[in-house]
Amino acid sequence: MSFQRISRRLLLKGAAGSAASLALAGRAAAADLTVGVLYVGSRGDFGWNQAHADAVKGLKAVTGVKVVEEENVPETDAVLKSMESMINLDGAGLILATSFGYYSPFVIDLAKKYPQVEFRHAAPLWNKDKDPKNAGSYFAYLNQAHYVDGVASGLSTKTNKLGFVAAKPIASVLSNINSFMLGARSVNPNAVVQVIFTGDWSLPVREAESANALIDAGCDVLTCHVDGPKVVVEVAEKRGMKSCGNNVSQAPLAPKGFVTGAEFKWETIYKGFAADLASGKTLPNFTTGSYESDFVQNSPFGAGCSEEGRKAAMAAIAGLRAKKAIYVGPLKDNKTGKVVIDKAYDNLDPFFDNMNFLLEGVVGSAT
Amino acid sequence: MLKTATGQPETAAGLSVSRADGFAEVVRRFRTGSEYVVIPILAITVASALFALFLLALGRSPVDFVQLVWKGGFGNAFSIQNTLQRSSPLILSALCVAIPARIGLIIIGGEGALVVGGFAAAVVSLPLVDHAPPLIGLALMFIAAAVAGALWIAIAGWLRYARGVNETISSLLLTYIGVAIMNFFVEGVLRDMTNPNKPSTRPLPHEYMIGKIPGTDVHWGLAVGILLAVALQILMSRTTFGFAARIVGGNYRAALAQGLPVGRIILVCSMIAGACAGIAGFFEVAAIQGSANASLVAGYGFTGILVAFLARFNPIVIVPVAVMFGGIDAAGGIIQRRMALPDATVLVLRGLIFVVLLISETLYGRFAIFKGPETRT
Amino acid sequence: MNENLVIVLIAMLGGAIRVSTPFMFVALGECLTEKSGRINLGLEGTLVLGAMVAYAISYQTGLPWAGVLAAGCAGAMLGAMHGAICGLPKVNDVAVGIAMMMFGTGVAFFFGKPYIQPSAPRLPSIPFGAFADNPNLRSALDVNPLFFVGIAVALMMAWAFANTRVGLIVRTVGDSAAAAKAMGFSVDFVRFASTTVGGFLAGIGGAFLSLSYPGSWNQGLSSGQGLMAVALVIFARWSPVRCVLAALLFGAAGAIGPSLQSIGVTQGYYFYNAAPYILTLAIMIATSSATRQAKDMPGEFAAAK
Repeated sequence: MSFQRISRRLLLKGAAGSAASLALAGRAAAADLTVGVLYVGSRGDFGWNQAHADAVKGLKAVTGVKVVEEENVPETDAVLKSMESMINLDGAGLILATSFGYYSPFVIDLAKKYPQVEFRHAAPLWNKDKDPKNAGSYFAYLNQAHYVDGVASGLSTKTNKLGFVAAKPIASVLSNINSFMLGARSVNPNAVVQVIFTGDWSLPVREAESANALIDAGCDVLTCHVDGPKVVVEVAEKRGMKSCGNNVSQAPLAPKGFVTGAEFKWETIYKGFAADLASGKTLPNFTTGSYESDFVQNSPFGAGCSEEGRKAAMAAIAGLRAKKAIYVGPLKDNKTGKVVIDKAYDNLDPFFDNMNFLLEGVVGSAT
Repeated sequence: MLKTATGQPETAAGLSVSRADGFAEVVRRFRTGSEYVVIPILAITVASALFALFLLALGRSPVDFVQLVWKGGFGNAFSIQNTLQRSSPLILSALCVAIPARIGLIIIGGEGALVVGGFAAAVVSLPLVDHAPPLIGLALMFIAAAVAGALWIAIAGWLRYARGVNETISSLLLTYIGVAIMNFFVEGVLRDMTNPNKPSTRPLPHEYMIGKIPGTDVHWGLAVGILLAVALQILMSRTTFGFAARIVGGNYRAALAQGLPVGRIILVCSMIAGACAGIAGFFEVAAIQGSANASLVAGYGFTGILVAFLARFNPIVIVPVAVMFGGIDAAGGIIQRRMALPDATVLVLRGLIFVVLLISETLYGRFAIFKGPETRT
Repeated sequence: MNENLVIVLIAMLGGAIRVSTPFMFVALGECLTEKSGRINLGLEGTLVLGAMVAYAISYQTGLPWAGVLAAGCAGAMLGAMHGAICGLPKVNDVAVGIAMMMFGTGVAFFFGKPYIQPSAPRLPSIPFGAFADNPNLRSALDVNPLFFVGIAVALMMAWAFANTRVGLIVRTVGDSAAAAKAMGFSVDFVRFASTTVGGFLAGIGGAFLSLSYPGSWNQGLSSGQGLMAVALVIFARWSPVRCVLAALLFGAAGAIGPSLQSIGVTQGYYFYNAAPYILTLAIMIATSSATRQAKDMPGEFAAAK
């Protein structure tokens, strides 16, 4: 089976002549583009997957685009087969793989096998020299939004202790923690961030225990990086503490204590893809960004945010939009005391993709 | 009394006694044997009917469902290979349940043994990849995985024999513990730092990865699984060991009284079971993931339990049953997409099949049509 | 250092109270079932289904206690299914339990999808720690009424086993089916009833998970707690009161991991988190023996033979 290069202009131009080769099982109409989306968890998880699913809704609204979605696809060859099934049985021309572990080797292998299908993966892993040209990455650096969370929390805390419930010690989580701390310290030099790792992306009982342990240790603002932040936010609210959200807005869960939250704005990227496809352009291979590209946002400020916190956070957002650097050295590692950030790094520097340390100002260890 | 997991009637040593009327004997055996095919098929039919009602209540068409299962699981070359690939770890995990079940032990720790085996294979690969050629390296990894898995399940088997600890629970606890051990090392000392976003061991180089069976899109794990199934069937039904094992499974006290080395049999069976699961882990690492990481915990062990029960613990029957479940899983994706059903639908179907299947156990021996003119038990 | 120790101890106290309640209910349910001579491994599925039903009903009706009741009924239904199927001849109890676990979990996940997001009214707690100055202590002693219900049920069961006719019947059926039949009791019916009531209790345990602590519904809610509770019963040697104590121990063990991290002990947190499983296994090994028949074990208890 061979696909034409999927672009609407080409399809409309060549519709008559290429109708034969477009007669594939499962495709609805010749002018449709089918986009296949794969989620590692449930679409309604109030977290990571939902952020993608909500943005995909924007994609569905684009005329001529049909979206097929599959959820709870594990990071094993099951995703390989699911993607292949979407290509073969649904005629997908663009695959959006939304979980870290989907890329290597699954997306790469499939991209080599189906050079006419475009694959985009939600993590900054695409390597210009090694990986196929029809594969690509897109990512939004949420840590900038966590920085803003930190700014708002640093001025809303009374105990100067902020708590962070984290899933696994991987680079994106660590950079969120570090950014949160740097944001808090930029307005409140006495602030300390305490982190507890639960060990996996979705463990409600352990997340609740961790949240309680952090509050017991004196933290009065909690935030988290787990798949479903609902538990942490609700525990904080129940104990009268403040909270920041993650992935999507958890404001409705904490009417009294919500400060703000770090939210993805994937729809900017997805709509960009759809627009490119509609106008016949090739999709970019590496689409990353953050505040300066409108890929992330912060949730509307809640009752838990102090007035000065609000002002400082708005200023921070403006600064980030203007590409003001967050990581300005010298900054030290919290375990060894060595300087790990020696200069001012641009916020999108690939250096951050390999972050494996926690900075001074964070209490807790990655291992 | 220890309920025999198999419920199979024990004929004297399974040897066929020569009778004057050989043909009548064949017919009789066919009748009693067909019971073991007809009743499970009946069970699946009933379960499917119930599931169809379930779908109708949800406003979905059962006919669509069946068509999609066919299309996604078996209807074309791509789907069949998808199914076969998915059934490979299921065969091995099911063997992990089936072999001890034949001696009366219900061990459900295949998931843990798979993870431990895969982890062992990855660990062994670390010093080897730079120095040893792939064939030797992979062979050593294979052995490491089998041994690690064998020892893991042997713990449960031994605990049962020596201290009477319920092996179902202990093997399940060992699963959680095994996963914790793997995670600890994979995120700590053994973590490959070039992969910052998914803790895993150092990835295997391309030449080390196990390829596909030539001409297909399915890796060699399937072939090994089938070979093991055949080998174990021969072991359990045609050797002295297998015969002794069956006595242990059928009547524990009689086995003890006869002086059979019960402890050794239990240990060996547990180790065989664990080795199978460990080998499944080896293939997950060497053919699919390329390293040990949290994705090894994929639930194959639990589906394997169901496969083993449906196959009535017969290693050969496990293969087609595993393929059937592989097909349902393979079709799961397209069912989600086309029928707008959540992924849990397949879980419900599986649970239903399992429950109805177990109910059907009670039908054995009730129908005269399956009994010959003279039953030997 | 002293202050840190106090923090961990308070956390363990809080954990013992909070996390133990579902264990308690499931263990008590299983205790009753096993006293009658049957093992029900499907309680993991019952727990999850109970959690989902409780959350859903609480959300739909606005009444959390209605959710608890509904969860109990759902648990009773699964228990009845288990009991009925096991009552058929030639059926393997352990296998049915595993099947019910899969089935219950599948049904719960399937119908529970629309309830992951919304916020359902939760169960209120009684602030026993109001006297304390230490806010941690106050929060640790924020006890849900179900905790006391569980303890009350345990005491009632212990008393009933020893002093009532019903308790005697259950124990006889569990110790010697032949003796029970000779006395005219229907062994199957007693086991069926015990399994059903056991399921009811397990369902309530699930309700606690989703309506009190952690107070949320999603697919990762239970991580083997139902199965640990079954092991717990063996550990407690089939005494309801000891089941409560064991549940408290497990709850405390579950709180160790996060609490240690909060005071700075961060090495090997995976193992602290696996503590409950390791503890269960260690206890099972320690309290078992090949030769000495445990004197408290019900004579007909299938899984031990």
